Amino acid sequence: MSKIKLLPPAPEVSLSSKISDDVKTTTCYMCACRCGIKVHLSDGKIRYIEGNPDHPVNGGVLCAKGSAGIMHQNSPGKLTKPLKRVGERGKGEFVEIEWDEALEIATDWLGAVKRSNPKKLAFFTGRDQSQSFTGWWASKFGTPNYAAHGGFCSVNMAAAGLYSIGGSFWEFGEPDFENTKLFIMFGVAEDHDSNPIKIGLGKLKNRENTKFISVNPIRTGYSSIADEWIAIKPGTDGLFVSSIINYILKENKFDSEFLVKNTNSAWLVIDNPGTDQDGLFFRDKNGNPVCFDENTNRVVSVKEKEIKPQLEKEFIIENGLKLRTAFCKFKERFNSQEFNPEIVAKEIGLSEETITRISEEIIEAAYNSESNIKQKWTDVDGVVHSEFKARAVSFHAMRGISAHTNGFHTCRIIHTLQMLIGAIDAPGSWRYKAPFPKPMPGGPAPANIIKNDDGSLKGMPLGFPQSPDDLLLDENDDPIRIDKAYTWEYPIAAHGLMHSVLRNAWLGDPYKIDVLFMYMANMAWNSSMATNNVHAYLTDKDEKGNYKIPKIIYSDAFYSETVAYADLVLPDTTYLERWDCVSILDRPIGSADGPADAIRQPILELDRDVRPFQDVLLKLGERLKLPGFTDQNGNPTYPGGYSDYLANHERTPGVGPLAGFRGKDGNQIGIAESNIQQLQKYIDNGCFWSDEFSESARYNKYENSDYLQYAKKMGWVGSDDTRITMQFYSETFQKFRLAAEGHGKRQPPLQLRDRIKDFFDPIPFWYPPFEDSLNQNGDYPLHAVTQRPMHMYHSWGGQNQWLRQITSENFLFMHRDLAKKHDLKDGDWAILKSAHNQIRVRVKSMDGVNKNTVWTWNAIAKKKNTWGLDDNARESKDSFLLNDLISDLLPINLSKQDYANSDPVTGQAAWYDLRVSIRKSIKQDDNSILSNTISAIKPINQVFSKLSKAIDVPKDKVSSKAPEEFKEKVPHKPHSRKEFQND
Amino acid sequence: MTSLHNNNKIKLGLVIDLDICVGCHACAVSCKEWNSGGHSAPLTDLNTSGENPDGVWFNRVHTFEILDEESDNGYTLNFPRSCLHCDDAPCVTVCPTGASYKREEDGIVLVNPDACIGCKLCSWACPYGAREYDQVEKVMKKCTLCVDKIYNSNLPEESRVPACVSACPTGARSFGDLGDSNSQVSKLVEERKGVDLMPEQETKPVNKYLLPKRRLGNTRNAPRMNNFNNLENKKLNILERFVDKILS
Repeated sequence: MSKIKLLPPAPEVSLSSKISDDVKTTTCYMCACRCGIKVHLSDGKIRYIEGNPDHPVNGGVLCAKGSAGIMHQNSPGKLTKPLKRVGERGKGEFVEIEWDEALEIATDWLGAVKRSNPKKLAFFTGRDQSQSFTGWWASKFGTPNYAAHGGFCSVNMAAAGLYSIGGSFWEFGEPDFENTKLFIMFGVAEDHDSNPIKIGLGKLKNRENTKFISVNPIRTGYSSIADEWIAIKPGTDGLFVSSIINYILKENKFDSEFLVKNTNSAWLVIDNPGTDQDGLFFRDKNGNPVCFDENTNRVVSVKEKEIKPQLEKEFIIENGLKLRTAFCKFKERFNSQEFNPEIVAKEIGLSEETITRISEEIIEAAYNSESNIKQKWTDVDGVVHSEFKARAVSFHAMRGISAHTNGFHTCRIIHTLQMLIGAIDAPGSWRYKAPFPKPMPGGPAPANIIKNDDGSLKGMPLGFPQSPDDLLLDENDDPIRIDKAYTWEYPIAAHGLMHSVLRNAWLGDPYKIDVLFMYMANMAWNSSMATNNVHAYLTDKDEKGNYKIPKIIYSDAFYSETVAYADLVLPDTTYLERWDCVSILDRPIGSADGPADAIRQPILELDRDVRPFQDVLLKLGERLKLPGFTDQNGNPTYPGGYSDYLANHERTPGVGPLAGFRGKDGNQIGIAESNIQQLQKYIDNGCFWSDEFSESARYNKYENSDYLQYAKKMGWVGSDDTRITMQFYSETFQKFRLAAEGHGKRQPPLQLRDRIKDFFDPIPFWYPPFEDSLNQNGDYPLHAVTQRPMHMYHSWGGQNQWLRQITSENFLFMHRDLAKKHDLKDGDWAILKSAHNQIRVRVKSMDGVNKNTVWTWNAIAKKKNTWGLDDNARESKDSFLLNDLISDLLPINLSKQDYANSDPVTGQAAWYDLRVSIRKSIKQDDNSILSNTISAIKPINQVFSKLSKAIDVPKDKVSSKAPEEFKEKVPHKPHSRKEFQND
Repeated sequence: MTSLHNNNKIKLGLVIDLDICVGCHACAVSCKEWNSGGHSAPLTDLNTSGENPDGVWFNRVHTFEILDEESDNGYTLNFPRSCLHCDDAPCVTVCPTGASYKREEDGIVLVNPDACIGCKLCSWACPYGAREYDQVEKVMKKCTLCVDKIYNSNLPEESRVPACVSACPTGARSFGDLGDSNSQVSKLVEERKGVDLMPEQETKPVNKYLLPKRRLGNTRNAPRMNNFNNLENKKLNILERFVDKILS
């Protein structure tokens, strides 16, 4: 390279310029991860957001979403003022109103419901991070119809975990990345706990002799750095793990000591088919379950000390009653030939060698003592140990498992594998995050129909049923909830069924509601199945011309798709403009080494006429004079708004939303009186509080005396000298099954008995995802699933002017062989058809995908003119939602009645069950055959700012006819069997 | 033409670990955010709500699939791309006004916007496509290695690293003096046998890449880029050549 000397003088570079006038800490809300952030402010505006290095969640790192918080704040899609609908629903024709009027309308509507029949309010709060508050509001209002979006998201993970091991994957536990040798991740997991998992993967892969296996039909994101990628057939993970269990049993490599001590696997079960005791634990005269003590050859209470319960024992007692340990029943199932790796391999598309090799790798990692931690600790029996024994194999699973109709049992199979090898809360294994583990069977049950005198519920609307007695059925055995959660159809619907609300409300099944109140729940778009139908549910009218869902109130910070379907819009602030709290009562952010919680503080002055939703909810509570919101004289309990509530509310004496800085001087934690300086103390501490367990309390928490003492002091467990026994065998489930066999005072209706008998198996089992049966004739040969782009959170990423530069359109990805077979080149259009609907998509081929699976990024598509996007934005021009293909009902050939497209145990929306066929699009495929739901609504900048303008609206825009685009293809009565098949 | 200082002693740069990069774009967005108010601000955005949103990004992440049609042994590679602050930076020597220059004190390559005439010769000369033309400001922009952050005494010591390094959740990015063979980054490069990006271009890049530990040598066939994201595709052919080269 020729070089000429004579340099121009290098210009002066300002190396140390002032960055900001002020730096404030708060908690990110760009996804569910809840990282600590530092916001640099210049002239009251955001200059820069960075991760807070002191924060327990992210330790200073920040993801793409978090850094793009500034563009979330500067989004053109923000709502600016309360809106009242003036046109037809779905058209987006509104007039701006003042808050007084907005609150008055809401109070009128809600007040009428409260006075007549409170359950006619359905209150669903989506991706709300204040659920302990919004749930409490619903309870005080007296409606059982409350949930956030967990029923759509991952209730299978929560429920399977909490009913098995007293904790769950999701974000309630974490792999011990520092010590694990083998980490196995099932399914897409890029959304929840995202920075902690990324930090962990970096640590894991930088250690010697570790391995990361990703079991996922698609090789992107985390899977791209896996040491081994298992391109599993969607919905067969449970079968894969069953085969691993089969291998471990055959090789006799299970941890009998752990099983006997910490699970109910050695408890004796009554084997007396046909009786009302069959499958229940045999109990002594004190009501305690029993086991067979090898030391004394006697049947003794499991509570007795210094016994040696026999894991495998089967015998007949004096009166002829046959007893077997739960483990015998378990072994009988998983020893079966059907789980032989050779047979399973064929079904799930792997080789036999892969299954046996991975089983060996699991055994090798589990019983390798290298990761043992020398540390004295004491168990609940008072035995002092010199070290924590390692089980250096860890698992994580999320929605890839969850969003199938077999998700609950699949997740429970994984937990069963963990129990089988003792890989729970040991060094190197998956570990509980504070405040877990919780004792099982857990509680409380959902609040039932009997209310307090003041009209409030006797508990919270959501909970954990332990027997048929806890179901929410009224005196006629009809569902109490609009979404039919906690009925015989979905008995353990612990997070509700958000995806059934609109359909049920429209049909009036089980009853009509009067007000639908939604917060941050994009239920007219990606938080629904059968989005094309949903728009009709929201806009359909009765013969008198009234909307079948009479009144809709919606609160969101942005002009999302659901806004256009609301009658009253209550504009929310962004996360940088309000007080908020990440509570231990809610979805905690603690780690395996100690608890934590956090707050948000207002960082920015409001520049538009919007209000924090939580403040609005408090105001509504005051206006409606809900118990707890006003005192006897009608004065507000929390006149200072939500921040007042955060510092001063007590759920039970001494237990508030925030566990840190309690007590008069702010130096107590857990249960203590409130402290007026609490929020300031949080701010001084970086807007979070965290504590660390002592070294002796960090592992084996289910039996660790030091841990349990701490947990008891904090109010997380009732007793510190009782082992938390894991539910290897679920007696709770057997109680439901017995009811289905005709025992007990509450029994399922005849047509549901087989379903309950099948799916309430006390030992987990694998069955194919329901929609697989649609392919009996080869009509729908492909699986269709979504993956999560790590830089977008649900539909909220689309209005972000930086993030949409990374992704503003989605393609349907498929294996190159599949593309070749259908003569599809990158960019070609194809018709993707499900049993429910068909849509047009653009395709791209790739290598790293299961050969019979197609996929796309989640929630990229936007309805035209929403989120502040231009008319020609690719999100609404060339993109698509798989939701349009997913039926909200189960495939019709599977049942005699209309079930939600859900897991039969929990009601979890089963959007990963989707089966499709594909063909190349031809010229004749015009839009008339397709039902994409991207058609236009009114853009935000055309919202009428004054009523006078609204009056000028041309007649055709305020016509009372149903929107043109729905006329043809939307059923205005429930699907009959035949119609469904003809779809 | 502009000349280069010879032999900077201090060579500040990045070491990027492709073994643990999950392609999350945290580095790209964090960079965008810091630099939108930094030395080369603004980082202009166009069509922000429209059809083809695009803007100035100093750091872009591409996702490739390394295919092996015979054995199915391909894998997915996430590849962050930004200025490599080359020792023999062709973008500097090609600059007709001296606007592009390499700092003597630390080797950071910068553009002086007052001297830049927007002729784009540098972006043609850079084999990595690392230069970003600001269509509104009419000047060339590029990664500054956060020169206004790494020395900034208004920030706590731990924050004085490029924004992309602070943000990276997996810890795939390290920053330091690659001119000092005892520095942590130099040791990391040595230990992991870090490579230059396209060494045949003789640009002597300061930044180094650490290759995926797994499956090296399995992939003889031409890699193919799959646009999992929609960042602009310029100079993909060159990137493909690189990926092909390091893996075959």
